[in-house]
Amino acid sequence: MAKKKVFLQGNEACAEGALAAGVKFFAGYPITPSSEIAEVLSRRLPMVGGKFIQMEDEIASMGAVIGASLAGAKSITATSGPGFSLKQENLGFACITEVPVVVVNVMRGGPSTGLPTCTSQSDVMQARWGTHGDHPIIALVPWSVEESFHLTVRAFNLSEKYRTPVILLLDEVVGHMREAIEIPDPSELEIVNRKKPTCKPEEYLPYDLNNEVNPLPAFGEGYRFHVTGLNHDATGFPTNDSKLVQKDEERLMNKLLNHLDDILTWEEYMTDDMEILVYAYGSTARSAIAAVKQAREEGIKAGLFRPITLWPFPDDKTREMVSKVKKVIVPEVNLGMIIGEVKRVSPKEDINIVGVNRADGETIVPQQILDKIKELS
Amino acid sequence: MSIYEKYMRIDKFPHIWCPGCGYGIAMKSVMRAIDRVGIKNDDITMVSGIGCSSRTPGYLDFNTLHTTHGRALPFATGVKMAKPEMNIIVVTGDGDATAIGGNHFIHAARRNIDMTVLVYNNYIYGMTGGQYSPTTPQGKFATTAPYGNIEPPFDVCNLAAAAGASFVARGTVYHAVPLDKLIEQALRKKGFSVVEVLNPCPTSFGRRNKQPTPVIMMNWMKENCIPKVKYDKMSDEEKVGKIPIGVFVDIEKPEYTEQYQLLIDRAQSLAK
Repeated sequence: MAKKKVFLQGNEACAEGALAAGVKFFAGYPITPSSEIAEVLSRRLPMVGGKFIQMEDEIASMGAVIGASLAGAKSITATSGPGFSLKQENLGFACITEVPVVVVNVMRGGPSTGLPTCTSQSDVMQARWGTHGDHPIIALVPWSVEESFHLTVRAFNLSEKYRTPVILLLDEVVGHMREAIEIPDPSELEIVNRKKPTCKPEEYLPYDLNNEVNPLPAFGEGYRFHVTGLNHDATGFPTNDSKLVQKDEERLMNKLLNHLDDILTWEEYMTDDMEILVYAYGSTARSAIAAVKQAREEGIKAGLFRPITLWPFPDDKTREMVSKVKKVIVPEVNLGMIIGEVKRVSPKEDINIVGVNRADGETIVPQQILDKIKELS
Repeated sequence: MSIYEKYMRIDKFPHIWCPGCGYGIAMKSVMRAIDRVGIKNDDITMVSGIGCSSRTPGYLDFNTLHTTHGRALPFATGVKMAKPEMNIIVVTGDGDATAIGGNHFIHAARRNIDMTVLVYNNYIYGMTGGQYSPTTPQGKFATTAPYGNIEPPFDVCNLAAAAGASFVARGTVYHAVPLDKLIEQALRKKGFSVVEVLNPCPTSFGRRNKQPTPVIMMNWMKENCIPKVKYDKMSDEEKVGKIPIGVFVDIEKPEYTEQYQLLIDRAQSLAK
C-alpha cells in the first residue's frame, strides 16, 4: 500500500489514526461533537477483527476500554465535554493502575451541557486535573486534520510506552473541519507496543518500584497479577505503607517528568527576531498564524509558539520563549486557562501577558489577534 | 495440594473480613465450583467493584481486577470482548451492583454477555460502616436510616431476570453445599448468569437490627430461606418474611460475544 490522499474530517482522521496505530477496541457513548469517531470505528473495527461497543454511558465506556487493554487490546474511547467529566473517575483508575488507553475529547462549550455543537478549548485544565488525586497525564492538541491522524498514532505510542492514559484534545473546529490529508503507508509509521515481561510468571512484578515503567502482560498470558485502584505494592496488592505509597506516587509522576524530551513537542513560527509572542494551541493557532503573518506584513515583529503536547506543560521551552519578549498574547476559546500556565513559568520581570478570549462558541478570528498585536506594539 | 491452595494467594492472608462475615464461605464455594467445572487459573479473570465482597479477587490466584465502585461489569465487558475465550467471574455487592452500578447491571444482562456475576447481598453497605442499600428491607435500621428504612428494596433476582439474564439463582452462605451447585451451574452457562448470595453482616447490619451475633444471623437464614420448590407451594400467608432460594431462570438465548463474532464475519465478507 502506498500513500493515499483523502478528504477527511478531523474526527474521521482521528479514527483512521487509531486504526493505523493498531486499535482493536472502542467503547463509547454518543455525544456531539465527537460521534463521528464512534461511527467510523463501528464500521471499520470489525473489518480488522476489532470490536466496537456502544456502552450504556461514558463511565462504562471508560471502564470497558481499561478492561480490554488489560486483556491485550489497544483501546480507545471518544467523548466531548460532559462525557469527559463522567470519564474522570475511571481515568484516574487507568493512571494509578498504569493501563494504556487513549481518550479523545472533542471539546465543546460548557460548563454543563453548554454549547453542544460549538467549539471550545475549555477542557484543557480538566484534562490535566479532572480526576482526583496526584497523577501523571499526557495530553496532545492537534491544529489540523492531518495532525489529528498523526497525534492519534502518537497518543497510542506514548500510552503504550509509558503505560499511561493519553488524552487527545480536539476542539470542535478541528474535529469537524474537512481537509485533504495524506495517509502514509503503514510501513512509514512508527508503532510502539507495550513491553511484555520475559521473566518467569512467579517473578513478575507489575508495579516494581525499581522500574519507571514495568512490562505489562495481557490477562491470560500466564502472568496472573492483581490490579486495583487502591494504592498498591510491587505485586499490585493494596498497601497502607506510607513510605511505599509516597515512593510509588513519585514514580508515577517521574515516569513522565524524567522523559520530557521524548514527550514534549511544539512548533515555532517567526520567533527568532520576534518582539511580540503569540502563544496558541489547537484551531486557535491557525488564526494566530494568520494574524502573525499579517502583522509581519505591517512591519510588526510578531511570532507564534504552538505547544502540541499540552500536558506535561512545556515549562522550560515556554519560559525560553517568553523570555525573548516583553509582550505575550495568549488567545484561547475559554476565559483564560493556559494563560495561567504561561504566567506561572514566566520570569518575574516586566513581561506583559494578556489574553484574547471568547467563550461564546465561536472561534477566535485572525483579526481579533491582530488587533491585540497592534494594540501592544 | 488442596483445591483451596490451588486457587488462593496464600501469602495475601489474613483477609480483611469481620468475624462472622460469610464471604470466606462464599469464596470457598466459588473455588469448589471452579474446581468441579475444571477451569484453569490462567483462563479466569475475576473482576470486582468496591466494598467488602469486592475484595475477594485479591485473595484468589487468577487474573484479578478490583475496579471502581459499581463499575465491575463494564471492565469485565471490556476484558470479555477483547478475549472471548476468557472465563469471567464478577464479584459485587448489593450496593455496588444495584445502586451505583445498577445501570451497568441491567445493560450487561440485556446484552447477555457471557459472565458469571455473584451478587453478595448483606443488605447493607458494610465497608463504609452500615448505611442502607437498595436491598435493605423496609423498616430495618442503618446508620443513614436511624428512623428505619422507608425505601422499598430491590429483589436482585427479579431485577436480573427482567433485564434479560439467561441464568438467575439465589443461595445463601448457610446453605453452602447447594450454593456450590448454583455457582457451578452459573459457570457452565453460556450467557449472563447471576447468583445472588445472601450473607450475614453481624457487624454493620445485625448489630442494628436485633441480630447481633453471627449465630443469630445464620439461624435466621436457615429458618427463612426456603428452597424454591417448597416456597412455590406455600400460601401467601406462609410466604410472608420468607425468601426463596434456588434457580429462577435458566434459558437459552444468543450470547453477545458470539453474536459479535458473526458481525465480524459479516463485515469482513462485505469488505472482500
